[in-house]
Amino acid sequence: MEPTVGDYVALLKPRVMSLVVFTALVGMVAAPGHIHPLMAGIALLMIAVGAGASGALNMWYDADIDARMARTASRPIPRGRITAGEALSFGTILSVGSVVVLGLIVNWTSAALLALTIAFYIFVYTMWLKRRTPHNIVIGGAAGAFPPMVGWAAVTGGVSIESIILFLIIFMWTPPHFWALALYRCRDYERVGVPMLPVTAGAAETRRQIVIYSLLLVPLAAAPYAIGLGGLAYLATSIVLGAIFLVLAFDVRRVTEGRDGDRAARKLFLFSIFYLFALFAVLLVEQIATKVMA
Amino acid sequence: MNAGEKDTRASERAAGNPQSEEARRRQRMRSFAIAAILLLLVVLFYAATIVRLGGNALNRAI
Repeated sequence: MEPTVGDYVALLKPRVMSLVVFTALVGMVAAPGHIHPLMAGIALLMIAVGAGASGALNMWYDADIDARMARTASRPIPRGRITAGEALSFGTILSVGSVVVLGLIVNWTSAALLALTIAFYIFVYTMWLKRRTPHNIVIGGAAGAFPPMVGWAAVTGGVSIESIILFLIIFMWTPPHFWALALYRCRDYERVGVPMLPVTAGAAETRRQIVIYSLLLVPLAAAPYAIGLGGLAYLATSIVLGAIFLVLAFDVRRVTEGRDGDRAARKLFLFSIFYLFALFAVLLVEQIATKVMA
Repeated sequence: MNAGEKDTRASERAAGNPQSEEARRRQRMRSFAIAAILLLLVVLFYAATIVRLGGNALNRAI
């Protein structure tokens, strides 16, 4: 059957791409210095294309397990809309293209970081860790955490403690976010042999790890205030939302049986998306307000 | 080639062979997509060059 434009868009994982673009935008706005709006637009476009390309390459490599999991069975390759070879060419061309264009037009530091992001997601997470270790998403989470650093580097041409803190927040957020999902999708992962933590160590250990990572995440999320990157509104948001995050994480630990257990995990999973979005949104608004008033 | 096969080929030619029509349509769509991307790149590089040159683009000696 003929692939449509929509099939190619689906191959780019647009929902993941939107979070990547958003966090990169925050990194860009928060960075000191000035970037021409056109350059900023091109940088964001290339970051989006690079993120989409890595999504396509991930779908190419994981087509065999995607076909057997409920969450991913409707992706374009398992449905037979796009062949694995087409996805590989599409992803490779877009990966190389996005890095080269970002380097030529904006700067090579941000291009190198984008290349690292794509390479980390494909070679380290997808090909090496995902099917081998329950720490797959802990280490692999770095790929999703790089975009604010890419955005920051697009403006400053370098890496600094502020952009590393933004990286660390997403890095620490990833395990509780994905393990909450894995708790109620455990059977899917088990069937296809992906060693997610609930499959290898059991639900009880996963719930314990979710609490540990949440306890590390919440104080870390307040760090932008400590280094002057975020203001009082950011601090208040990180405290209030952090408290809710911890309550939901402890709920996941406490409510372990049947549908209520699944519901608690699902609640944490959905809230974690809102949590990260809200933290970065407040940071963005504060930074824009500061720059407009300056 | 027997008479049956000859008839099939002839009728495909008469009907315009839908298989190759489809392939041609896909090829055309791909060519349009590549052309659009190349055009976008030309525009991006042109605009970025103008931005980088800034006022110097207008300030040159005549």
